[in-house]
Amino acid sequence: MSGRLRIGWLGDGERLHVQDGPIDLVIRAFGGRQEMARAYEAAAARMGSVLDELCAELARLRCAAPQELTGAVARRMNAAVLPFCGTAFITPMAAVAGAVADEVLAAMLAAARLERAFVNNGGDIALHLAAGTQFTAGMVSRPDRPRLDAKLVIDAGGLTRGVATSGWSGRSFSLGVADAVTVTAANAAAADAAATMIANATDLPGHQAVSRAPAARLDPRSDLGERLVTVGVGRLTAEEKCRAIASGARVARDYLAAGLITGAAVYVQDEGEVITETERRGERVIA
Amino acid sequence: MSRIVSHSPAPDTAIRCDACPVMCFIKPGLTGACDRYGNTDGVLTRTDPHLFIGDTITAIGAGTTYPDYKPAPFIVSAEVDGVDMITVVTEGIFSYCGAKIKIDTDRHLGLERAAVRVDGEVVGHVTTAEYGSQMLALGGVHHLTGSGKKSGRVTCETLLNLCNGGAVALSIDDGATVIAQAGAAPIIDGVPEARMRVGCGSATIGMFAKQWVGLVDEVVVVDDHITGVLSEHQAGKLLDVAETGIRIRGRRSTPGRYFEVAAPGTGWGGTDITEPRQILAAFDKRHARPGLTMLMVSTTGDHAGYFVLDEVLAPQPQEMPEALRRAVALIKENCEPALCSVLFMAGAGGSLRSGVTENPVRLTRSVAAAITRVTCGGAPVYVWPGGGITFMVDVTKLPNNAFGYVPTPALVAPVEFTMTRADYERLGGHLADVRSLAEVRGG
Repeated sequence: MSGRLRIGWLGDGERLHVQDGPIDLVIRAFGGRQEMARAYEAAAARMGSVLDELCAELARLRCAAPQELTGAVARRMNAAVLPFCGTAFITPMAAVAGAVADEVLAAMLAAARLERAFVNNGGDIALHLAAGTQFTAGMVSRPDRPRLDAKLVIDAGGLTRGVATSGWSGRSFSLGVADAVTVTAANAAAADAAATMIANATDLPGHQAVSRAPAARLDPRSDLGERLVTVGVGRLTAEEKCRAIASGARVARDYLAAGLITGAAVYVQDEGEVITETERRGERVIA
Repeated sequence: MSRIVSHSPAPDTAIRCDACPVMCFIKPGLTGACDRYGNTDGVLTRTDPHLFIGDTITAIGAGTTYPDYKPAPFIVSAEVDGVDMITVVTEGIFSYCGAKIKIDTDRHLGLERAAVRVDGEVVGHVTTAEYGSQMLALGGVHHLTGSGKKSGRVTCETLLNLCNGGAVALSIDDGATVIAQAGAAPIIDGVPEARMRVGCGSATIGMFAKQWVGLVDEVVVVDDHITGVLSEHQAGKLLDVAETGIRIRGRRSTPGRYFEVAAPGTGWGGTDITEPRQILAAFDKRHARPGLTMLMVSTTGDHAGYFVLDEVLAPQPQEMPEALRRAVALIKENCEPALCSVLFMAGAGGSLRSGVTENPVRLTRSVAAAITRVTCGGAPVYVWPGGGITFMVDVTKLPNNAFGYVPTPALVAPVEFTMTRADYERLGGHLADVRSLAEVRGG
């Protein structure tokens, strides 16, 4: 097991915190005491090698999909971004956080019978729901000013098993102006990739209030190379916010229709729009 | 990627982070993929959010505002038993720091003041021998910044490794090579040390004399410090053990207690001997007799031999009777496992204190008066009496990888100052920067 791995309980003693390099997981399992213990052990054990596996093929993961990859997490990443690679530039890295969450959750479920579980990798969350159970997730549109903007109820009856959020002010680069695009999908990797794409599409091309810089100037190894990423968004008018949201929402609806996602919420500053398939009752957004 | 605070015009070169295999190149003013390490003015700095351990907030990865004219990164207010407590959470950059290593062994590691080297560079020295242990003092400002670039870098690496729980190979001039790791058995010249001695040779006699009487005529406990002889020792006298005519080569201290029976080494009882009869002179004919039995044993029970005097009163090795075998096993059983322990020792200098309060000396006084509690990554510390805030902490009490470094070179360690809100106000604390614990958790 890697000497870097940091494992500990969060303050409430109910959630396990596991961190290795940029991977930062908050994990909670619900079920019998022994089942929970087995699940946590399996999560920690799986995390012993995840980062090393990823780094072994990092150079390839930073290239445009599709890729020939060997690691389990790498293959999850590639599978998640494949549906999008025909329409725009995307590399497997767009799904790295969600794929790690999915992989760790899978390891937990292989080791234990759980009622519910979540693996939250910095906001990209993999979920397990036994029949008849549900999760409620809080949504935060402005990471710099955390406050619950909406609640998302995910029910075992629906298809959603992953939630991910992307935005220019978050941890990863974005080409758009959305503060947060939260996406639900069948797994965390798919949600992660779709959130990245929808956030990129939520844009105001050429707008003066938007500062952009080549990704490589900020991070010489970014998979985005010389593409311009958003580094600042000034005050936007209501019309501009709605225009940006509409461009993202259009893409989100396409993904929803194609079955790639189960829902999305797009926020630009204080404006937001929720995109759901009303006939699918699995999840509701309470704004 | 997110922005972190940059205090001055930064050099425009990316630095390579080696904290994990992602190996980010980090531009000045930015952090790596993990948001935990950033490039602050060309210096790799920990910037990640503080860690919660139980209900305590710790400074690990709090990031620092070096040079600390800005308030410490996290000044957290939490309600504890109805008292509004303040914890000032910061990470200190310590040029004045080092590690005190206690190695549980009686083997000779090196003379006092002998240099301790890593990769050929001097990183510290051998200091006193303590009861059952040898002490090393590593690091300190002279090694970190005072004796050349390579020496400073190697010293910093060594301290960082030891403090983060890693194993380090230390070679001592004219002495042993020790692989030291906090909480693990020391490996001395390739041999893991299993047990501490039960006591010195004389103490061993005092502890077990009663159990030997009747089983054997003489017992010699071989020890580099004080070798004990049962028949001459006070304990033997009280138990009416007859004189045996034994004569020990060594400097007699008091009856039955001998210094310097051999040179220090990694043989029997921390001496250099492998043949215990080497420490014996010819038996005194007036008291010795053929057939006299003798147990020779080391202070850990690791070495033992049973001897019977022949016609010319020379001790000849014989198979050890079962009862004595059990006596030797009892010595072994009473020895504690040998460990290395590592205490990180550092002084919180002026700039770190000013991150906490506008009037730094008040913090020092408050710590000295035990009004302000100092912890290191949530672990209890011992604050040295006298001036300044110089503390020591057992590195195994901190979470994994709590220590970082800057290429100055210096170590980065978490440090928390906890006091009541009222006391913090009296200190001249940065009250405007106080955040509630809930706020920090939420954020």
